[in-house]
Amino acid sequence: MFGWEFPPHILGGLGTASYGLTKGMWECGNMDITFVIPKPFGDEDRSFANIIGTSQVPVAWRDVNREYVDHRIGKVMDPDLYFRLRDHIYADFNYMRTNDLGCIEFSGRYPDNLLEEINNYSITAGVIARTIDFDIIHSHDWLTYPAGIHAKQVTGKPLVVHVHATEYDRSRGKPNPTVYSIERDGMNHADHIITVSNLTRQTVIDHYGIDPSKVTTVHNAVVPLSQDLLDIEMPKSKDKVVTFLGRITMQKGPEYFVEAAAKVLRNCSNVRFVMAGSGDMMDKMIALAAERGISDRFHFPGFQKGHQVYEMLKASDVYIMPSVSEPFGISPLEAMQMGVPSIISKQSGCAEILDNVIKTDYWDIDAMADAIHSIITNPSLYNQLREDGLAEVNQITWDKAGKKVIDIYNKVLARY
Amino acid sequence: MKAICFNFEIHQPFRLKRYRFFDIGRDHYYFDDFLNDDIVERIARNSYIPAAETLLRMIENSNGKFRCSIAVSGVAFEQFERFVPEFIDLLKKLADTGCVEFVAQPFSYSLASLADHEEFAQQVADTCSLLRHRFGVEPKVLRNTELIYCDELAPQISAMGFKAVLTEGAKHILGWKSPNYVYNAASDPKLKLLLRNAKLSDDIARRFSDTSWGEFPLTADKYMNWIASTPQEEQIFNIFLNLETFGDLQPATSGIFQFLEALPRMAAERGVEFLTPSEAVAKIKAVDMLSIVHPISGADEERDTTAWLGNRLQNEAFEKLYSVAERVRQCQNRALKLDYAYLQTCDHLFYMSTKRNADGSLRSNFSPYETPFAAFTNYMNVLADFLMRVEEEFPSQVDNEELNALLLTISNQGQEIEALNKELRAMRKNIEQYNIEHKHRVAEVAPAPEAVVAEAPAPEVKPAKKACKAKAPKEPKAKAAPKAKKEKK
Repeated sequence: MFGWEFPPHILGGLGTASYGLTKGMWECGNMDITFVIPKPFGDEDRSFANIIGTSQVPVAWRDVNREYVDHRIGKVMDPDLYFRLRDHIYADFNYMRTNDLGCIEFSGRYPDNLLEEINNYSITAGVIARTIDFDIIHSHDWLTYPAGIHAKQVTGKPLVVHVHATEYDRSRGKPNPTVYSIERDGMNHADHIITVSNLTRQTVIDHYGIDPSKVTTVHNAVVPLSQDLLDIEMPKSKDKVVTFLGRITMQKGPEYFVEAAAKVLRNCSNVRFVMAGSGDMMDKMIALAAERGISDRFHFPGFQKGHQVYEMLKASDVYIMPSVSEPFGISPLEAMQMGVPSIISKQSGCAEILDNVIKTDYWDIDAMADAIHSIITNPSLYNQLREDGLAEVNQITWDKAGKKVIDIYNKVLARY
Repeated sequence: MKAICFNFEIHQPFRLKRYRFFDIGRDHYYFDDFLNDDIVERIARNSYIPAAETLLRMIENSNGKFRCSIAVSGVAFEQFERFVPEFIDLLKKLADTGCVEFVAQPFSYSLASLADHEEFAQQVADTCSLLRHRFGVEPKVLRNTELIYCDELAPQISAMGFKAVLTEGAKHILGWKSPNYVYNAASDPKLKLLLRNAKLSDDIARRFSDTSWGEFPLTADKYMNWIASTPQEEQIFNIFLNLETFGDLQPATSGIFQFLEALPRMAAERGVEFLTPSEAVAKIKAVDMLSIVHPISGADEERDTTAWLGNRLQNEAFEKLYSVAERVRQCQNRALKLDYAYLQTCDHLFYMSTKRNADGSLRSNFSPYETPFAAFTNYMNVLADFLMRVEEEFPSQVDNEELNALLLTISNQGQEIEALNKELRAMRKNIEQYNIEHKHRVAEVAPAPEAVVAEAPAPEVKPAKKACKAKAPKEPKAKAAPKAKKEKK
């Protein structure tokens, strides 16, 4: 499996989903999974997958002894593996910037030279593919598609690409041509494509011209929350709290949340709205809230991480995700796990599998305002959504998703 | 001799329009006229009208041997008046044949029987008076909303003058017993129970055009054979259907109308007759008492009330709705009362159900809403506005008993004022008369001997007072005067 992020060092939903799926597949048994990421930190959970960091994969031969390797990278990689990989260097990459072990440095994030990093990732994938024995290649999102294609060409093993998002969703229909071509290339080379929702599946078919029979939807799931997260105690304020959590970007539809909030505040006074996160539209949203005259009840606490996210959810009465286009959207499921009733847009992938949430069109601020008002004024609706939502989300587990992916593997391998 | 007792239910709710919370307090009209018109007219054209015409033909062709009963809800009736009045003419024709019995049911098709007995009685009385005025019939049998019934209701229903109740032949109540007998209510043996035969009813309502059903296609011949081949002692087969089964649930192309029309002939061949519910309970003796502790209904596999009161949402809406029942009864505002009747229709609660159907999907059929939560939100918004209007009528600080006392005082005051006014008018008359006489007296004060003569009319004052009392209201002058005085007060 090629991935870009892996918990606990994650930047978005991709890492969580890759982790959940890998673990879910492992739970189904009889799986030997190697998970490739750009830069491991050593504190990843390696109980169910063999994690290889491309920043420890040699692409140029260096004469180093075992003690030295162990001392340098022993924390994240078995020295034996290093030597095995070193035996499979397939070309002379000395012209590239390599370190004392013959490895390329990776940031493991989304740096400005992302395209270069993707390319480097693909180079190292060639080494890995020649070293490791495997049956199938699985690439998570466009960053790793070139690596997947490379591995497929080297070994002739089937490639499955997993579409967690498309450039169409991120850009509201105005894709970056480079990214688009990488995505399309990956999909064309793939033997099968897995999408996280039917919505994304349709995008892949319509905008990338892919044969529908090659595309299957496997909805994401959630990892059960640990007890200490569930037990977080937050002081309940007098006012009801409505929360938006996520990047404040065009894709997430933050302006519709502000407009709906303005409508609600015109009729009730005991509500506060929180837009947590950061993004390129944040300043615009602050200005919009001021323009609507609701700044005293509309708060921007900034980017939240780790525990703060759950504290925030615990203190909320309503969670809202008005995304214009969301391939899946894991956050409402997390809100439901914390027992917070959620309002989501019909344009979100997770709307396909959730029943105990309120769904509105992202542009329908009247319906959104109405839903917020209804939850905060009717305790019965609040409790109904809270309890049934909790029961529902607890049924959405990764082992079911993993089972589906394994079925797809078997189908692909049978044809091969 | 075996007999079939048909009952056809006709009901359509007043569906609500999309009502946002910012409309609360501003917009007091709640109903989606366009949608209601559309649905009622469509169902009337496809189903109600052809079905009623078929029934008329069946009665004619069988020389009145075909008999059945119809239950129509008040809310449906009002919509027919608005949208398809010609259907009411057809119902009148059916009533005039004398072969169709109209049975009573709550005007609003509400769950009032589970919440407020007074409201329940009121609504049933409303339907009875509607039927009396429009069709000249007096219902003797009750079909409660969705066949809901329990022991607790029996004495009340009996006291309202009904001889029998139509309800569900629920398996968990009957156990080994058969629904094909007449039963007595355990809590009031005078009241008879007619139990729906679920199997025979659903064979028509649900399975008629189901090609995967083993008995497909169902013919009138086969259907009557089933009935004729039951044990000798089973005498009455209660087949209760929604009238829209014919032509809407089962489309006309499935041959459902021909099936219906062929029934009397097939029945005659096998010596099966048709009875109305009243005739059935008069003719057939009850075999046993039936005790039904918890309310049963004709809905869902459970045959209980969870289709309407199965989750928190429904229960909250239900409680809020009936919390003002007494208030609304006390008030005189006609628009408010009418809205209350329309809001009670149980369909509104049904749309909020989160129960899953047998196939695991949420029930979405017949609901104008996408989700139960949307149904709840919309209904609660409307209800919030309605409760505000009730509150404006009578502030909630005043409790019901106090309000009753106040209302009594007010109505008494009216009478008292009237009485006082009468007295006042009479007194005025007296004074005027006295003044006239007094003037005379002053004018004639000079001839002293006549003073005695002048005093002579004085005793006449008393009889005059009495006469005035009766005549006073007719005299405009006298009427205007006390009014002016009242205003000064």
